[in-house]
Amino acid sequence: MPEIFQLRCRECGKSFENSPRSFCEECFSPLEVAYDYDSLKKTVRRENLAGRDFNMWRYAEMLPLNKDFVAPNSVGGTPLVPARKLAAHWGIENLYLKNDAVCFPSLSFKDRVVSTALVAARRFGFTTVGCSSTGNLANAVAAQAAQRGFDACVFIPADLEPAKILNTAVYGARIVRINGNYDHVNRLCAQIADKFAWGLVNVNLRPYYSEGSKTHGFEIAEQLGWRLPDNVVVPMAGGSLIGKIAKAFHELVILGWVEPKPVKFFGAQATGCSPISDGVKRNLARFEPQKPNTIARSLAIGNPADGPFAIKLIRESGGWAEDISDPEIVEAIKLLAQTEGIFTETAGGVTAGVAQKLIQQERIRPEETTVVSITGNGLKTTDAIVSEFPVTEAIAPRLDAFEAYLESQFAVATAAK
Amino acid sequence: MPVTIEIPTAFRRFTDGTPKIDCSAATIADALNDLTTRFPALSRHVRDEQGQIRQFLNVYLNEEDIRFLGGEGCTLKEGDRVLLVPSIAGGCA
Repeated sequence: MPEIFQLRCRECGKSFENSPRSFCEECFSPLEVAYDYDSLKKTVRRENLAGRDFNMWRYAEMLPLNKDFVAPNSVGGTPLVPARKLAAHWGIENLYLKNDAVCFPSLSFKDRVVSTALVAARRFGFTTVGCSSTGNLANAVAAQAAQRGFDACVFIPADLEPAKILNTAVYGARIVRINGNYDHVNRLCAQIADKFAWGLVNVNLRPYYSEGSKTHGFEIAEQLGWRLPDNVVVPMAGGSLIGKIAKAFHELVILGWVEPKPVKFFGAQATGCSPISDGVKRNLARFEPQKPNTIARSLAIGNPADGPFAIKLIRESGGWAEDISDPEIVEAIKLLAQTEGIFTETAGGVTAGVAQKLIQQERIRPEETTVVSITGNGLKTTDAIVSEFPVTEAIAPRLDAFEAYLESQFAVATAAK
Repeated sequence: MPVTIEIPTAFRRFTDGTPKIDCSAATIADALNDLTTRFPALSRHVRDEQGQIRQFLNVYLNEEDIRFLGGEGCTLKEGDRVLLVPSIAGGCA
């Protein structure tokens, strides 16, 4: 292997030099970055991490970066929160929330994947970068393109949440709204990547992009004291993240940084867009694409590119996939906020709600160590829950007005009983 | 029916650089058969060993994925566009 990493087909195993391509010329299956683990084992030491900042770049050797790489920003390094109140509510003992709702700079785990994608974009000489996005990715591309000196052009479904559009526009990115759902946008971007010399992070830079997700998994293991959990519950849209967490755990075992251990992978989707969980539950050889209809728009991918791999991983690990309704998503967002002080977007509501369902189904056992991946911030999807919290009457700035207010509230509370 | 099949760049090394072909076909299956008859080297890239359209190759009739139209048996009308797009993109978690 001329470099310590190169591209390899996930189906037929054919290798390719590092280049902006994402599918195999032989079988058209996705490519991924493969590493020379024997070389890595000789050069990388867990002890070397001690002097590094706690962000995603501390795992630089296990990412597809140039030899002269200099960390361009501080991304990742998010908290692993011991969720004692939520655990008690659910009747389990060892629950952790990996909180990428506070990932910088744009408040979702997409900051991780864009970080590695833009390193590749620079390497391959692109000056314009872009993506197809349900929102979070567009935010991350726009923010980091501005920071790292790329022009950005992002493609989004026209009906995206206003906050997500604003959070892209503010960084100066060009936004192209497409009349269609994410799968239409996705198809268009595949055609654009075919025709224009742009670095579309989740299309022709996809193998490098998706490697950034591994750092979510590396951090989980390190924050657990260099051990693997029994279960992880992960949101699924395109179905990539869950596989990259598995790859991260696998690499840590190869390097001897953690003890080998079977980890069950659980996937979470909204019922209104659940091709992967449907595929798992019905044991389908091929998932059936769906037309998305859910408030969890960041997970609304009806034709998930990594769906077949996610289904295989989940079933082989002994895990499971579930989905929940939109009202259940809203309840889960409120539960997470009111037990752990974490305000997550709809995707996080999906993940938390599905975790609850899996516990009720006894697929997740109380004594096991379970990590739930929270991947985005609630401030981006306030429209999904705003009707839950109507604006209250204002009162005069006088003590008697407050006393009257208390009395009225007491009367309301009493009447309610 | 006269229809057009649009061929992605990655396939064109098997089609002598041809970006699209016009053909007469009643169904998507007919259209794909016409395509792979004209360009036999393309055949194993379009279908797997079981004869199914490859898992990571999406086929669209105009704007719609054919899986929403009943699969490759769906019928064509004059002027339809058939698109072959590798399933490469995908964004979220």
